[in-house]
Amino acid sequence: MNKEQLEQWKDQWRRGFEREKARILVCAGTGCVANGSLAVYEALKKEVEARGAYVTVDLLLEGEKTGVAVVKSGCHGFCEMGPLVRLEPSGILYTKVKAEDAAEIVEALLSGGEPVARLLYRHPLTGQVYEAEHQIPFYHNQQRTALAHCGQIDPEDIREYVADGGYEGLKKALTQMTPEEVCQEIIASGRRGRGGGGFPTGRKWDLTRIEKGPKKYVVCNGDEGDPGAFMDRSLMEGDPHRVLEGMAIAGYAIGADEGYIYVRAEYPLAVQRLKTAIAQAKEYGLLGQNILGTGFNFELKIKEGAGAFVCGEETALLASIEGRRGMPSPKPPFPAQSGLWGKPTLINNVETFANVAQIIVKGAAWFSSIGAENNTGTKTFAITGQVANTGLIEVPLGTTLRQVVFEIGGGIRGGKKFKAVQIGGPSGGCLTEEHLDLPLDFDSLKAAGAMIGSGGLVIMDENTCMVEVARFFMNFTQNESCGKCVPCREGTKRMLEILQRAVDGEGRPEDVDLLQELAEAVRDGSLCGLGKTAPNPVLTMLKYFKDEYIAHVVEKRCPAGVCSALKGYQIDPEKCKGCSKCARACPVQAISGELKKPYTIDQTKCIKCGACVTNCPFKAIKEG
Amino acid sequence: MKQEGVNQAPKEERSTTYQRKFEKVNEIINRLGRSQSALIPILQEVQEEYRYLPEEILTYIATALGLSPASVFGVATFYAQFSLEAKGKYVIKVCDGTACHVRGSNPVLAAIKKRVNLTGDKKTTSDLRYTVETVSCLGACGLAPVLMINDKIYGQMTPEAINIILDQLEKEEAADE
Repeated sequence: MNKEQLEQWKDQWRRGFEREKARILVCAGTGCVANGSLAVYEALKKEVEARGAYVTVDLLLEGEKTGVAVVKSGCHGFCEMGPLVRLEPSGILYTKVKAEDAAEIVEALLSGGEPVARLLYRHPLTGQVYEAEHQIPFYHNQQRTALAHCGQIDPEDIREYVADGGYEGLKKALTQMTPEEVCQEIIASGRRGRGGGGFPTGRKWDLTRIEKGPKKYVVCNGDEGDPGAFMDRSLMEGDPHRVLEGMAIAGYAIGADEGYIYVRAEYPLAVQRLKTAIAQAKEYGLLGQNILGTGFNFELKIKEGAGAFVCGEETALLASIEGRRGMPSPKPPFPAQSGLWGKPTLINNVETFANVAQIIVKGAAWFSSIGAENNTGTKTFAITGQVANTGLIEVPLGTTLRQVVFEIGGGIRGGKKFKAVQIGGPSGGCLTEEHLDLPLDFDSLKAAGAMIGSGGLVIMDENTCMVEVARFFMNFTQNESCGKCVPCREGTKRMLEILQRAVDGEGRPEDVDLLQELAEAVRDGSLCGLGKTAPNPVLTMLKYFKDEYIAHVVEKRCPAGVCSALKGYQIDPEKCKGCSKCARACPVQAISGELKKPYTIDQTKCIKCGACVTNCPFKAIKEG
Repeated sequence: MKQEGVNQAPKEERSTTYQRKFEKVNEIINRLGRSQSALIPILQEVQEEYRYLPEEILTYIATALGLSPASVFGVATFYAQFSLEAKGKYVIKVCDGTACHVRGSNPVLAAIKKRVNLTGDKKTTSDLRYTVETVSCLGACGLAPVLMINDKIYGQMTPEAINIILDQLEKEEAADE
């Protein structure tokens, strides 16, 4: 395999794919598979075959006439509407497709008739129907670079990646650039690491490059543990070769011949797709020995995680690869100086590697023209929670929260009111309505007390209790604290106790100051990123929703009506006819009033048994 | 009957069961190598084989890899994936990530526990059929709330859907036997 061979393959394969008359792409990401997309794939294939139009890529490459290809693609990001089926070249997107719909879809495609109207996307608020994927507001307002291939190509076929210009970045780096030039190009692009911290990628590369030593490693951090984030999973499942290519370029740039991809145990499909991709890349001489005839060697191995959130921290991740307990160690020394088995190691996030090849091919200037100053490029976000369109999106850094939640996300479900958004998972914080026009970039979010983190955005409506959410995150970090350093191990436990008290209705007024003090101590005193950021949800809750917390601990009331221990019953004076049925049903005589006038409940006597609710003939008694 | 319980087997037969047990472990160790970096993959495969990590096998692995039993136990207890207690035939992992939590994973968990008769902190049913646990995120947040039964993900769960899925599972199981 040499560089000319890559060109030849690219041309040959591209011509093959161009012979397809049409192509049906069925999403085979985790989300759509869970919704039954594999059955949809089989049904579509059978229908096309039955009409004698089915053609495989292999046949086309051998010069077979034309036909319709049916392929499985990676995640489109619009998981809510899955299983998704996309048609090419028309770009039509069918949503919530069932196996029974296959005949109709194929018939419409082959006859050139109107698309199947009932399967097209209908906007939940405006009711407008959209035919093509790119017209749908969810996609229209995005700019997909890292995710460009996800949902567009078959991730299990290297030929599709190569035909679309894949591995050209590696070829350019190996044949036209020195390792130093590669690092300089990444520095010039202004790219910052997508794992959460936002450290400049190029500088990290250059720091590892200048370390002396015959053995260095490249490690890809695919331990995406933040609840509510799944961009790395989608990338590894939907476009694995892009990650491999980025890692190989990094290997060349820093002088490493070996790399590891550390993937969470909870992502079996990503592991399988990566394994397939590595085997194919090796078969075509794009990984392994003497890549593209340049003498550069690079071997990749997959390490499956075993379920520990802290392994997303780089030093803990390296300990885990070495077969030890995944506990962080103090920095310095940084992995760039002493990483895996004490050797200089470059460790980057999946998304960070995914953009590398494009920067090399299109140049640093192209990349830095996207996004905002000091925050160049695009970022993927997973939007979930109480929003109309949940899924995976990619927007330029600097896009406002409002655009993401309302234009792409389609606003809040069920017409409810927006309350807050939790960004960056358990390490991030919550932002409120006043932040809706804040640009989503590393620096603005940090200033507001939150962080991009992995990019999980959980949108919450007025029915969410922020104290309960803070307790939820603290429960998570407390569980996942590795126990090595005292501030994190003990501090998270005590913070959880204080929050649990508040939710259980046993909060004390002095808890307000105690919680604040404790949160600051844990933030300042912990060893690694997990502990340093664990108090963020608490601190932002105290900053933006202090009233709600005080209502819990002082008034013993949950304004959102979520915390069951704090629930009470209220009689609606408008609806109450004063029939006295509730008062007679109450076992503790907590309800009193005058006949034919609205009754009232004495909250100090009420035992929250609910007997009044079931006895009221006018539905005048509400929980809250 | 498909297989005899180990406990009822006569003594000689029990020791051969034991030998077979270590044969499989030996095969895994030989294939993955004896370096410390192979420890986690070895434990993963052993757990796949036995559905948990039996104590005597952990000591055996420690000796084979030249590590102290303490460091092997340390690793086995550090990672959530490993279990030192036998797990059920069906491992149900209910996602309690943020997205699932705000969309109601708690009622789903309660419904499963009620259905399979698990109370308190107990995770595995006494007939070793079901293990019910929570995980922090399965990465299918767009379909929240989700759960995973062995390797299959089920999305947009409701307490009612649980009964349908488990009915189906039990029907398939009965058909297999």
